[in-house]
Amino acid sequence: MVAPRRIDLPLSHADAAELRAGEALLLSGPVYTMRDAGHARALECLEHDGSLPFGLEGQTIFYAGPTPPAAGRPIGSVGPTTASRMDFAAPRLYEAGIVATIGKGARGDEVARACRQTDSLYLAAVGGSAALLAKSVTSAETVAWDDLGTEALRRLELVDFPCFVALDTHGGDIYRG
Amino acid sequence: MQVTSQLVVAALDEAIPHLACDLRPDVLEGLRCARQGERDERARLVLDQLLENAEVASRDRVPICQDTGTVWACLELGSEGAELVGDPFSEADEAVARAYRDNALRFSTVRDALTDRSNPGDNTPAFTEIRYVPGGGAMLHVMLKGGGSDNASCVEMLPPGAGADGVRDVVIRRVEEKASSACPPLVVGVGIGSTFDAVAGLAKHALLRPVDTPAADPQVAAFEADLLEDINALGIGPGALGGDTTALACHIQTAPCHIAALPVAVNLGCCALRSISIDLEDFERTGELPW
Repeated sequence: MVAPRRIDLPLSHADAAELRAGEALLLSGPVYTMRDAGHARALECLEHDGSLPFGLEGQTIFYAGPTPPAAGRPIGSVGPTTASRMDFAAPRLYEAGIVATIGKGARGDEVARACRQTDSLYLAAVGGSAALLAKSVTSAETVAWDDLGTEALRRLELVDFPCFVALDTHGGDIYRG
Repeated sequence: MQVTSQLVVAALDEAIPHLACDLRPDVLEGLRCARQGERDERARLVLDQLLENAEVASRDRVPICQDTGTVWACLELGSEGAELVGDPFSEADEAVARAYRDNALRFSTVRDALTDRSNPGDNTPAFTEIRYVPGGGAMLHVMLKGGGSDNASCVEMLPPGAGADGVRDVVIRRVEEKASSACPPLVVGVGIGSTFDAVAGLAKHALLRPVDTPAADPQVAAFEADLLEDINALGIGPGALGGDTTALACHIQTAPCHIAALPVAVNLGCCALRSISIDLEDFERTGELPW
């Protein structure tokens, strides 16, 4: 297996198109945590304002709800949650400018189609490795929706965060071989 | 022995942070064995990541998984010798709130599934049950159950004519469709029998049995081995990114049922399966958990 490819975030659509399903990556740069309740709010913003809130355009969403800070780190543990729960909103968010999402598990056809049509990616991290993944997070700040607790919108700064390309811009899908 | 709320609270205080940060020894051993036998290169990478994760979590006292779950506590009382003094779970919610707050665990509950999905910010309530079993003593099972693997679980009411092949079909289909969201390598808990409401409990209790411990009934044990082979032949693999190790174990618990019924439940346990079974007599004497 080839060594993981180092990727700096935010990622351009052109750079996204270079990657292929199955490739191992190490991500560095900003990502934004968002889960179920956050997606409902992001869609409301999108419908109300016609654009993504909080400068999310061009950014990467990490489907995750971390544990509180611990062990001298900005967060305790953070790993991917089930991505398919966000399928209801993902195509609209890709169309509005999200370039990549990070989660775990297979996704619906509409998400694979959106990745193809918008030159965007879905990346898979290993579920159940949140203590290890948290070591790749160098800072965390709450951007909005603090009332949602762990589901708040947070900006995390990553260094060498391990994941795999799950859906690429050409129709490749790691879960379908 | 007498089982008091005080004793149950003391056990929960010890068990919750321990479960959040220390992987079950049998699951850890299962992952190590899987790593030895795994033929797929990416799967070996994922298993290494899971093993390193367990080490980091235990050493740094941070949760194995960010989903530190809902707390399920089941008190099994021996019908000959255990005696309840009041409601043993009367202070379970306070114990859960304290453990989650003091140990920086995640608050993962909402107040009501339908009418109020706001987060109470203390991970309550505890989900509790009490049952009587033959024998003496008292056992407290505690599980921190993650949402991803519970969401991937199911109950199906088969016609009796579906037989063992029907059961196999339910299990394999469920794993095939949902494993990628349930954080494999899995422990697959299967309940067969009882009633619609109780069969899910059988599947959940099956997850408590240590990995690499077959069912006591040889016929059930053979079926478990068969199913595990079929599950691992799917090639889903660790992290669902391909490989030989989709499940570490398949545990089946069976029960009597209606002549018209063949209830089947599949409760998926993730690679961070967190449970402990505490003999309360031992715990009262020593103040120590069994591992």
